[in-house]
Amino acid sequence: MNIKNKIKIIVNGKQMQITPKFSLKSLIIKLKMPLNKIAIELNKEIIDKRKISKTQLKKGDKIEIVHFIGGG
Amino acid sequence: MIDKKFKIANKIFKSRLIVGTGKYKSFSECAKAIKTSGADIVTVAVRRVNISNKNKARLMDYIDPKKITYLPNTAGCFTAEDAIRTLRLAREIGGWKLVKLEVLGDKKNLFPEMIETLRSTELLTKEGFKVMVYCNDDPLMAKRLENAGAVAIMPLAAPIGSGLGIQNKVNIRIIRKQTKLPLIIDAGIGQASDATIAMELGCDGVLINTAIAKARDPIQMAEAMKLAVISGRKSFLSGRIIPNLFGSASTTSKGII
Repeated sequence: MNIKNKIKIIVNGKQMQITPKFSLKSLIIKLKMPLNKIAIELNKEIIDKRKISKTQLKKGDKIEIVHFIGGG
Repeated sequence: MIDKKFKIANKIFKSRLIVGTGKYKSFSECAKAIKTSGADIVTVAVRRVNISNKNKARLMDYIDPKKITYLPNTAGCFTAEDAIRTLRLAREIGGWKLVKLEVLGDKKNLFPEMIETLRSTELLTKEGFKVMVYCNDDPLMAKRLENAGAVAIMPLAAPIGSGLGIQNKVNIRIIRKQTKLPLIIDAGIGQASDATIAMELGCDGVLINTAIAKARDPIQMAEAMKLAVISGRKSFLSGRIIPNLFGSASTTSKGII
């Protein structure tokens, strides 16, 4: 794959490069995230975890992946 | 006197002690403290996953949300919009509707920003959340939160993490008199006797994080808090004697030699 074909996205504030036609599900698998322990936001919209395979990522997308941590 | 069940949003909980999961040295210490405390509700926060260290331990691996009720909080939120965004995400992780709302006004005192807190309570309640509200010890604001649909009123004893104990007993007593909602002291507990005092004032429960997590021995402090809450509740239910300025002998003078 030519490097020029890669697209840039932002995941949890960090830039990442993915190939075109990359789905949100592919991203979650690539990052090895346990789906039952996270929530995902795409451009500030919460994404239904059942629909991530149908969600295609595009240039400039901002993704937030969150989980529970200790808190008071 | 038999105690009534501790109920929040129609769900019964065994323990009147709610424990926070922040500030522990490790997840295993946190899990052990929770077990010792007997708490069946723990507060948790929503934050970004560390994507560069995928193997980092997760809270959910140590504290099973099927066994302990997770109470997602909005720690670090300063506006209603931040709080709503955070709790929507929490709901998405696993369907949580019972939440702890905490909208702060400034980073130094960590006092609740009550205008935003009230607005958030209204909005979240409309969205179907069951909102337990961290608030100031102001009876008028407590009433407004109740009218806005809060399922529990959670006034501070003192600033978060300060360990100063209950600073305004009078206000807590007034709030107790005016509301039938669960009244839970949230923030400012320093030692076991503070928790007992909260319960003796008639509160339904106490939420403690720092006083346990940062104690020299968090596990033993968890037990102390458990006993303190039970003790304070029993003391409240038993009805204290009327304080008297003068002495009253415990031994009768009848038959004295």
